[in-house]
Amino acid sequence: MNIYFVLPLFVILSFIFFIFYRQQKRLAHYSGISTLSQIKKTLTSQRFWLVILGFVLTIGFWYAAVYWLPFDAFHRLPGPDEVVIEWLSRDPYYGISIYTKEYYVHILYSTYRATVSFLLATILGVPFGLLMGWSRRFYEYSFPLVEMIRPIPPLAWVPLSILMLPGVEPAVIFVTFLVAFFVTTLNTLLGVQSIDQAYFRAALCLGASSKEILYDVVIPGSLPYIFTGLQISMGAAWFSLVAGEMIAAQYGLGYLIWQGYSLVKYPTIIIGMVTLGFIGYGSSAVIRYVGKRLMAWREQELGGLGVTYEE
Amino acid sequence: MRNNGDEKVIKENTNIALDNSHITKKGALSICNVTKIYDPEGVHVIALEDCSLDIKAGEFVAVVGPSGCGKTTLLNIIAGFDSLTHGEIYLDNELLAAPGVKPKPGPDRVVVFQHGALFPWKTVLDNVIYGPVIQKKMSRDEAIEIARDKLSRLGLKEIENVYPGQLSSGMQRRVEIVRALINNPLVLLLDEPFRGMDSVTKSASHEALLELYDIFHKTIYFITHDLEEAIFLSDTVVVMTTRPGKIRMTIKVDLPRPRDYRMLSTPRFLELKETAKDAVHEEALKAFQRGERELA
Ligand SMILES: Nc1ncnc2c1ncn2[C@@H]1O[C@H](COP(=O)(O)OP(=O)(O)OP(=O)(O)O)[C@@H](O)[C@H]1O
Ligand SMILES: [Mg+2]
Repeated sequence: MNIYFVLPLFVILSFIFFIFYRQQKRLAHYSGISTLSQIKKTLTSQRFWLVILGFVLTIGFWYAAVYWLPFDAFHRLPGPDEVVIEWLSRDPYYGISIYTKEYYVHILYSTYRATVSFLLATILGVPFGLLMGWSRRFYEYSFPLVEMIRPIPPLAWVPLSILMLPGVEPAVIFVTFLVAFFVTTLNTLLGVQSIDQAYFRAALCLGASSKEILYDVVIPGSLPYIFTGLQISMGAAWFSLVAGEMIAAQYGLGYLIWQGYSLVKYPTIIIGMVTLGFIGYGSSAVIRYVGKRLMAWREQELGGLGVTYEE
Repeated sequence: MRNNGDEKVIKENTNIALDNSHITKKGALSICNVTKIYDPEGVHVIALEDCSLDIKAGEFVAVVGPSGCGKTTLLNIIAGFDSLTHGEIYLDNELLAAPGVKPKPGPDRVVVFQHGALFPWKTVLDNVIYGPVIQKKMSRDEAIEIARDKLSRLGLKEIENVYPGQLSSGMQRRVEIVRALINNPLVLLLDEPFRGMDSVTKSASHEALLELYDIFHKTIYFITHDLEEAIFLSDTVVVMTTRPGKIRMTIKVDLPRPRDYRMLSTPRFLELKETAKDAVHEEALKAFQRGERELA
């Protein structure tokens, strides 16, 4: 076995280990076990090995399908070894590896577009959704409109947005933004609608004005849904970004994948795809982290591990 | 034993008499011929029909009656969450509710909800001080000082920085009662606050509520399904008829205060319970039979 097998295997293993270890550590925070026994517990837990088994089987199937199984269609694909060799090569045959500057330029372009679209969608979508939930009248105006426009698939917007906006860059961002915006708005609205009527009544009893109800009931009460919405919106943003980049852009991972296809650089396609997987996971994790920070009350409530105060 | 209890109450009373003395006399509710019809053009549900009831200032009224008879409907109208179809309600001789008067909830009539409505995103302390701070009746620091004092009376001091989700239901309800009382309301409206609690938690909550009542003497409208609880806590038990809700009978509870769980086995208590039980049972039977008719 050469380094190209051992290294990625090691990376994946330690990645999974890290995730499980963090879970253990959260548990340990309450039960107070030592670091060493946390590691031991992680390594002996059945779930940990099941996850590893899942990865190994998937990659194994990929390998088998490309090299051994009698499916002609699969034989055109690169095997996992070929992809890894290309990815880690100092002198990649098809031009993209972790040592080439171009690889990072594509990542940066995509990340930049996704982030800008996501932030715009959040800044506009959350207040829009809150307003829809807070004001009956605004809801009546806007909900039918939103429901009409929302089902239009992002790709259908591409031609129009290229015509409307100056240049390709804003067009791709606009298409990405649009999808994320609707997800964020509707989840925020759902969040407001999910708030128990009793909280509004309690606030009224205690003398709250409608502005105070917005700040002290509507916003905190819908925060859990808003953050679920943001995670979905981030996913949707990446989804439509890659589609947009395939059609219209000059750089970015979607462009890289599409170019890999048209120029018959098959390992590059897979490098692009796996990179998207990692970045997608990372961006979700960031949102989850921020959400937890903002909703300490919920962490305590849902954890089920916290101390409960009894009589 | 009894004397000790009295002394304690009197002492506490003088502690807070300064800001409460002028208010203890107020909070009389006059409910005159109230009718409430939900959805008059459509389904036309008569929830309350010609319902009249006088509640004196500082009186503890427990309302019992079969499910769906309109107890919560009346509470919602008093609280200002809902309008009425006919009749009037006066609070200290001022018109509170009548047809055409826009219902308005406010800190003079605070509700404690059946399933609890402490804001889960605020700590216990922030929940308690919420009312006086947003009404700008007190500065945050003043409110915190008073809230701490009130919480510690009920043995809730250590949990002031905890979120409500971590508290047992008994503690949540006590915190909610403190959150209501800190506003110095004229009327406290409680909708089955102790429903679904185990008996130990329930009797601890009874003690806490009675203790608070003996100190603050607010007018209380207390909905319950538990007759024993109703008699043990209240001055007057109001039995409502099955829908459309009317007042079937009012029972004066002449047990002395402060109340003590040993009273639950005195002859007078059992006698009152029998009276109430017969009335409630008859209404429940009517409701049950009507239910069967409606299903048939
Ligand atoms: N918004 C509404 N629209 C139509 N009917 C309603 C509405 N709210 C309540 N009702 C009906 O009015 C009647 C009285 O309801 P209410 O909630 O006051 O009863 P309740 O005495 O509090 O009952 P429970 O003991 O079950 O809480 C019930 O038959 C109920 O179905
Ligand atoms: Mg009710």
